[in-house]
Amino acid sequence: MADEHGRKWDRCFADTVVKTATGLGVGVVFSVLLFKRRTWPVSFGSGLGLGMGYANCQHDFRSPYLIHGHMAKDQQ
Amino acid sequence: MLRACLRGANATARTNLRGTRPNNLQQCRHYTAGESSGGAAKVVVAGLLTVGGGVGGTIIYAKWDHKFRAAVEKNVPYSDRLLGLAWGPLPQDGRPSVQKQVEVAQPPSMMEKQMKASKSKSEKKAKETTESPAAESAPVPPVQSLEEECTECHHHDDSAAPVAESPVTEPLKERPVEEVSARLAKQDQEEQDVIAAVSVSLEESLASSAKSTLQAIGAQEAALQAVIRHTLKLKEAMEAEAPPQEKSAQWKDLETSLAERNSAVNDAAAALTKANVALDSLKSVIDESKGLKVSAVRPVVLAAEENLHNMVVDLDKAVTKVQTAESEAKIVSQYSELVNEAKLQFQKEVSSLTPEIQANWKSLTGKLSPDDLNALIAHAHRRIDQLNRELAEQRVREQIHIDAALEQQKLEDQKALEKAVSTSLQHVKEEARLEQERKLTELREVMEAEMRTQLRRQAAAHTDHVQDVLKVQEAELRSEADQVLGSKLLEQETRYRQLSQEQLDNFTLDMNSAYARLKGMEEAIDSHVIAEEEARKAHQLWLSVEALSYTLKTADTNAPSVPLEVAAQAVRDNCSDNDFALALSSAFPQESLQRGVYSEASLRARFNSLRSLARRVALIDESHNSLYQYFLSYLQAALLFENKHEAPPTQLSSEDLDPFKLLSYASYCLEHGDLELAAKLVNQLRGEARRVVEDWLTEARLTLETRQVINLLSAYANAVGLGTTQAP
Repeated sequence: MADEHGRKWDRCFADTVVKTATGLGVGVVFSVLLFKRRTWPVSFGSGLGLGMGYANCQHDFRSPYLIHGHMAKDQQ
Repeated sequence: MLRACLRGANATARTNLRGTRPNNLQQCRHYTAGESSGGAAKVVVAGLLTVGGGVGGTIIYAKWDHKFRAAVEKNVPYSDRLLGLAWGPLPQDGRPSVQKQVEVAQPPSMMEKQMKASKSKSEKKAKETTESPAAESAPVPPVQSLEEECTECHHHDDSAAPVAESPVTEPLKERPVEEVSARLAKQDQEEQDVIAAVSVSLEESLASSAKSTLQAIGAQEAALQAVIRHTLKLKEAMEAEAPPQEKSAQWKDLETSLAERNSAVNDAAAALTKANVALDSLKSVIDESKGLKVSAVRPVVLAAEENLHNMVVDLDKAVTKVQTAESEAKIVSQYSELVNEAKLQFQKEVSSLTPEIQANWKSLTGKLSPDDLNALIAHAHRRIDQLNRELAEQRVREQIHIDAALEQQKLEDQKALEKAVSTSLQHVKEEARLEQERKLTELREVMEAEMRTQLRRQAAAHTDHVQDVLKVQEAELRSEADQVLGSKLLEQETRYRQLSQEQLDNFTLDMNSAYARLKGMEEAIDSHVIAEEEARKAHQLWLSVEALSYTLKTADTNAPSVPLEVAAQAVRDNCSDNDFALALSSAFPQESLQRGVYSEASLRARFNSLRSLARRVALIDESHNSLYQYFLSYLQAALLFENKHEAPPTQLSSEDLDPFKLLSYASYCLEHGDLELAAKLVNQLRGEARRVVEDWLTEARLTLETRQVINLLSAYANAVGLGTTQAP
C-alpha cells in the first residue's frame, strides 16, 4: 500500500502533464485558428489542462477506497 | 521597566533636542526622531495607562464581587495568583463566616445558661438531699423552717422516727415456733406469777384491812355503845329523882361511863385511823395491781375492790352512827351542863341568901328556922318573880332562840345531810364503778372467749391452707425429681450409644483407610504407567513445537519464511488428545500457514522506508486531503526535525499521538526488538499515514500472532515436559 502512494503521484504527474500539454495544444490551435494568435487561449488552455489535471489528482488522492481501474498490462 | 525605558528614551530625546546638533539633517532627524519618539512614547504611555487602569480596576472589582473574581480566575491563567497576592485566597464561604462568628458567640452564652440552669438544678437537688437526711438525722433545719408551735411534736416525731426506723430496718423474720411457744409459755408463766403475787398481796392487804376495819367497826360499836350508855346515864342522872347516895353513885357511874366513853371514842378514833391506813394501803395495792395490765388479775382486783368498798361503807356507817350518838350526847351534855349551871347558880343564890347553910339544899329538910324558911320563901318568891320575868323574857326570846336554834339545827342538819349525801354519793359512785368493772370483766371474758374461738377458727384455716400448700409442693418436687431422673437416664443412654457408635466408627475408619491405601497404591502404579506415556507424548510434542519455531528462522531479509503448514500439521498430530494444544495449533492465521511470515529484521527495514513516507503524509486525513494540504504536509515533513529514536513513555498522553513522535517511539521499540509495542504505537497513527503503514501493520500482526502461538505452544510443551518428568 505504501507503493500506491508513489504510483498515485506518478499517475498524477503524468496525467497533469498530459492534460496541460493537451490544453496547451488546443489553446494554440484555437488561438491560431479563431483568436488571431493571441496568447490568452494558450494560457487559458494550459491553465484549463493544469486545472483539470490538478482536480483529477486531488480526486484521486481523496478517494483512496475506490478501486482504480488498472489496465491489464499494469497488473502483469 | 518599559516606562523607565520610555522615560529614558524621552529624556535622551529631550537631551538630544537640547544638545548640540552638528547637522540639520541630524537635527531634523533628531526632531523627527524626537517627535516620532515623543508620539510613540505618547502612544505607548497611553496604552500602558489603559492597560494598567484595566488591570487595577479588575483587581478592585474582584475584591468586591466574588463571582467576577471567580470568572476572571477561571479565564485568565495567572490571575488567581495575582488576586491571591492582592486580596488573599478566594473565600469559599465568605458570607457564612460572619454567621459562624455569631453562632460561635451564641453557643458560649447558651452553654453558660445551660451551666447555670444545671447549677441551680444541682443546688436544688443538693438542698433536697440535704433536707431529707437532715430531716432524718437532726431536727434542726426543718424545725427552723417550720412553725415553732409544733416543735415538741417534731421532737417527738423525730425521736420516734429513728426509734421506729430501727425496728423496721431490722429484717422481719418469722420467729420459730419453739421460740414463739416458749415466749408464750414464758408470758403465761409471768402472768401466772404476777397473778399469784398480786392475789397474795391483795389477800394480805385485804386481810389486814379487813381485820383493822373490823376492829375499827368493833371499836366504833363499842364507842357507840359507850356513848349511848353515857347519854342514858346522863339523862337518868339529870331526870331521875334518886337518893343522894345513888346520886353520887350515879354521878360516879356517869364519870366512869364518861371516861369509858372517852376511851372508847379514842380507841375508835385510833382504830379508825388504823383502818383508814390499811384501807389506803389496800387501795394503793389495788391501784398497783390495776396498773399491771394483766387481764386475769382483774376479777381478783374487782373482788378486792368490792370488799374494800363494803368495808369503807360499813366503816362510814359506824362512824356516822357514832357521830349521831355523839351529837345526841353533846346535846345531852349541853343540857346537863345547863342544868348544872342552873343548879350552881341556884346554889350560889341560896348560899348567898343563907350563907350559913353550906351544905346541899337537899339535906336541909328538917333543920331550917322559920326565918330561914321565910327568907327562903321570899327568896323563892323573888326567884319565882325572877323566873317569871325570865320566863316572859324567855318567851319573848323564845322565838328568836327557836329560830336561832332551828337555824343552827338546820345548819347542822344540812351539814349532816351534806355529809350523808356525799358519803352516800360516794358509795353510790363506788358501787356504780364496781358494777361497771364487773360488767367490763364479764364483757372481757365474753370477748376473750369469742376471740379464742375466732383464733381457733383461723388456726384451723391456716392448717388447712398449709396442708394444701404442702400437697402442692410435694407434687411439684416429685415432678422435678422425676424430671431429673429421666434426664440423667437419658444422658447415660446417649453416652452408651455414643461410645458404641465411636467404636464402630473407628473400626470402619481403619478399614476405609486400609482400603484407601490399597487403592492408592494401585492408582500410583497405574499413574506411573500413564505418566510415562504422557512423558513420551510430551517429548514428541516438544520436538514438533521446536521444529515449528525453527521454521520461523527460515525467513530471510525480504522473503517470508516457509509456509508453516507442515510443521503445524506435525504439531496437530502430536497433540491429538490435548484440546489446549489443538486449539492453539489451529489458531495460526491462514496467511502464515500458506505463505509464511516475515522476520522481524525485514519488518524493521521496511519500517525505516515507510517512516519517511508516513512523515510526508502526516497532515492528511479524510477531511484534509486537498493537494494544498499535501503540499503543506510535505513542507512540514521537510522542515520538522524530531528524534530518530525516542523511548516511549509508559502511558501515552494526547500530545504523544503526534505522528512524528509515534514514529520515533516505534523506531526506538523496533531498534530494541519490541515489535509488539512498535505495532501498538504504529496502530495509533490516523489518516493517510495509517493507510500507508496498513500493510506493514498487518504483516507485523501476522508475525506477532504466529510468534505468540508458537511461544505459547513451546511454553505449554515445556510445562508438560516438566510436569511429566519426575525429580529423582
